[in-house]
Amino acid sequence: MITDVIGAAVIAFGVAFLFLGGLGIFRLPDVYNRLQAGTKCTTMGAFCTILGVGIVEPDWFFKTLVIAVFILLTNPISAHALARASYKIGVELWEGTVVDKCKELAECEPVDAPGTAHEQQTDQPGEK
Amino acid sequence: MNLVLFTVLLSIGVAGVVLCLFRGLKGPTASDRAVGVDGMITITTALMVLIGLFLKSSIYLDVSLVYAVLAFIGIIAIARYLERGL
Repeated sequence: MITDVIGAAVIAFGVAFLFLGGLGIFRLPDVYNRLQAGTKCTTMGAFCTILGVGIVEPDWFFKTLVIAVFILLTNPISAHALARASYKIGVELWEGTVVDKCKELAECEPVDAPGTAHEQQTDQPGEK
Repeated sequence: MNLVLFTVLLSIGVAGVVLCLFRGLKGPTASDRAVGVDGMITITTALMVLIGLFLKSSIYLDVSLVYAVLAFIGIIAIARYLERGL
């Protein structure tokens, strides 16, 4: 009985975080801000929601723990890959951005790629 | 878990999914669309476990785990494609 109440509270906390993650993805101004809101909030929300289900149903606790830890490990990796790819293909930063440390590093050089945002420059690279 | 509480929680989660879907539809670049889809997938994974709790059926846990694995592989593949092509 008491586990039902605790589990429902944890699930409600997690679902609120999920909604805030969706709101951040919808409202924030550029790819990197959206990625930050989307990854942190939805990872926390999914973790709390799934563990809350495990608290309400103690028989499922091990399975839910496996799913939650999997999300906790893989979600930041995919977000990092997306952010790195976005920076390399030259997606613009928001105009209010204060600092861009990645511009000074050699490994952040832009590349020519199929999904790029500056396709008109990469059409005929050999003729210029 | 009673019906009213479940409906309220699921509605809040689905509202988050719909917001991500709007971003996926109108995002200016391909990366924005990928971010929207990524958020949608994570929220859906959590909501699927919640649906399994309401319906008292543990098959939803397996479905949700497989969905999380496939989403991870898919997002990594999309990022790799954006960066240097397949």
